[in-house]
Amino acid sequence: MGDAKLLDFKGLVFVAVLAAAAAIVPALTLFTPTASPLHVPPYLVALFGKYLCFALLALALDLVWGYCGILSLGHGAFFALGGYAMGMYLMRQIGSRGVYANPDLPDFMVFLNWKAVPFTWWGFSSFPYALAMALLVPGALAFAFGWLAFRSRVTGVYLSIITQAMTYALQLAFFRNDMGFGGNNGLTDFKDILGFNVQSDATRAALFSLSAIALIGAYLAARAMTVSKFGKVVIAIRDAESRARFIGYRVENYKIAVFVVSAVMAGVAGALYVPQVGIINPGEFAPANSIEAVIWVSVGGRGTLVGAALGAILVNFAKTWFTGALPEFWLFALGLLFIVVTIFMPRGLLGLFDSRRAAPAKAAALKSAPTAGEAAQ
Amino acid sequence: MSVAADNPALTSSLLYLDGVCVTFDGYRALRGLSLVLAPGEMRAIIGPNGAGKTTMMDIVTGKTRADSGDVYFGGGHDLSRLDEATIAELGVGRKFQKPTVFESHTVDDNILLALKAPRTAAATLFGRRPPAERERIDRILETTRLKDHRARRAADLSHGQKQWLEIGMLLAQDPKLLLVDEPVAGMTDAETAQTAELLREIAKDHSVVVVEHDMAFVRDLGVKVTVLHEGSVLAEGALDDVSADPRVIEVYLGR
Repeated sequence: MGDAKLLDFKGLVFVAVLAAAAAIVPALTLFTPTASPLHVPPYLVALFGKYLCFALLALALDLVWGYCGILSLGHGAFFALGGYAMGMYLMRQIGSRGVYANPDLPDFMVFLNWKAVPFTWWGFSSFPYALAMALLVPGALAFAFGWLAFRSRVTGVYLSIITQAMTYALQLAFFRNDMGFGGNNGLTDFKDILGFNVQSDATRAALFSLSAIALIGAYLAARAMTVSKFGKVVIAIRDAESRARFIGYRVENYKIAVFVVSAVMAGVAGALYVPQVGIINPGEFAPANSIEAVIWVSVGGRGTLVGAALGAILVNFAKTWFTGALPEFWLFALGLLFIVVTIFMPRGLLGLFDSRRAAPAKAAALKSAPTAGEAAQ
Repeated sequence: MSVAADNPALTSSLLYLDGVCVTFDGYRALRGLSLVLAPGEMRAIIGPNGAGKTTMMDIVTGKTRADSGDVYFGGGHDLSRLDEATIAELGVGRKFQKPTVFESHTVDDNILLALKAPRTAAATLFGRRPPAERERIDRILETTRLKDHRARRAADLSHGQKQWLEIGMLLAQDPKLLLVDEPVAGMTDAETAQTAELLREIAKDHSVVVVEHDMAFVRDLGVKVTVLHEGSVLAEGALDDVSADPRVIEVYLGR
């Protein structure tokens, strides 16, 4: 049938590089002397750990946008919710080491004069519970959103606008102190994760490796989905939704399934991100963040998974450089990048690579296959 | 179902439309359209632009809801209550006027997706693919003359080939009724003749409704013709009888 393999050349390289990084980078940062040329400084480990979380978010977005044609401008919401779930666990781990030294309440609740933790915080002292919430809450929100939007057949730009509104509404809600998530300041001053100091080099290195492993896992899951018959149906929906319906596929169920899986992946990315950056606040829900994620995907190559992850890493690397060297020009550079990519390489960086490899094959196919008109004569 | 029990015209029919009315923003697209198709029958539907041909297909496939009137399939299924996916699973296949195929999939995969098989997300994600699948795809590609093109992306096919691919997808669905909207629009004469042959072959074991403007093509098909005009049936019968009808000549053929 000529079905695509689970791991093609690109995928193999991608997984191999990530696996090698997950194994080698911690060793290079922890066990080499600072003076050694092989030494990886801890700040770089933390920085690239963060990039890997963005790469995972980009991969999740590519699954819905690149394969199912759903342009979500609110994926940052799922990322932030996963981040908040992890942040709440980390807050509970502070215990009595806060500024107010209250063993039962996080600092901001003491400050607001609250007497007990609200029910939303129940269970967050447990790591497994927090992890489950980091997956379940984004998944449940995506399911509820998809149930309403996809069954009402909201598509295209209207859907994008609603996703944008969703993340904006959440941002406004999380800004409010009485929501009980730390308001404007969010959650920070974390101390431990599973008993390890979040700021220690070893913990940072472990989180880096876990981020790389999570990205490998999510890539393999997404790839397995997209090369299966399920994935073919999803692409078919992207290409010709009404045709898919008239063939008998229940389009809304497929869209909900893909959207939920993608949201869960974004939640994992957020949960890994927060201990590495040490803070989560409502700014993570900002619509601009979600739009930036769309730019990562288009730069890397929509509908390629590997390209999306690559785009996230490259654009964020550029962002880090710009905000250091030319901070006031970053947004202009980002805008320019988006325009250049859209006009000159609509299939992104990976698309350039693919079309170079595919061009001779396609020319040969055109030569050997007569058109219907010729065949008829 | 209550209507079905005591109406012999309905129970013996494959498709039964009675007094169907549809209004879009004040425009009456269908005005009491009634049409009965027997199992195994092939029917050509002609009519000038705006006669309601495409709206009729939208009603049957669940894309549009009728304001009033009955739409029954297979003697008892009330199509006015069902959605597109359910109607498709009951056995109604549809070919659009503009060829609509999955452009970034190969010809093979287009047929594969249309093949009669469980349609749920769980089945396509975890289900096993039956071994006979490949033979069925081969047979359909043979019938639609696309075997040599099976590995090409559908987007790279010519217009005529896309039309055939779409007909092939209908065959793969193995529906009881095929609705085919202007299958030869934009085709060369040779392609048109081949398409007529293809449809006659399909009509051997499927019921087919063909909407077409091309009179030579309709003559080629050699089947009973229904003439629509302003949302209802103007005349019905053999093409020669219909084209001799002065009312038909006035609204359609005379122009």
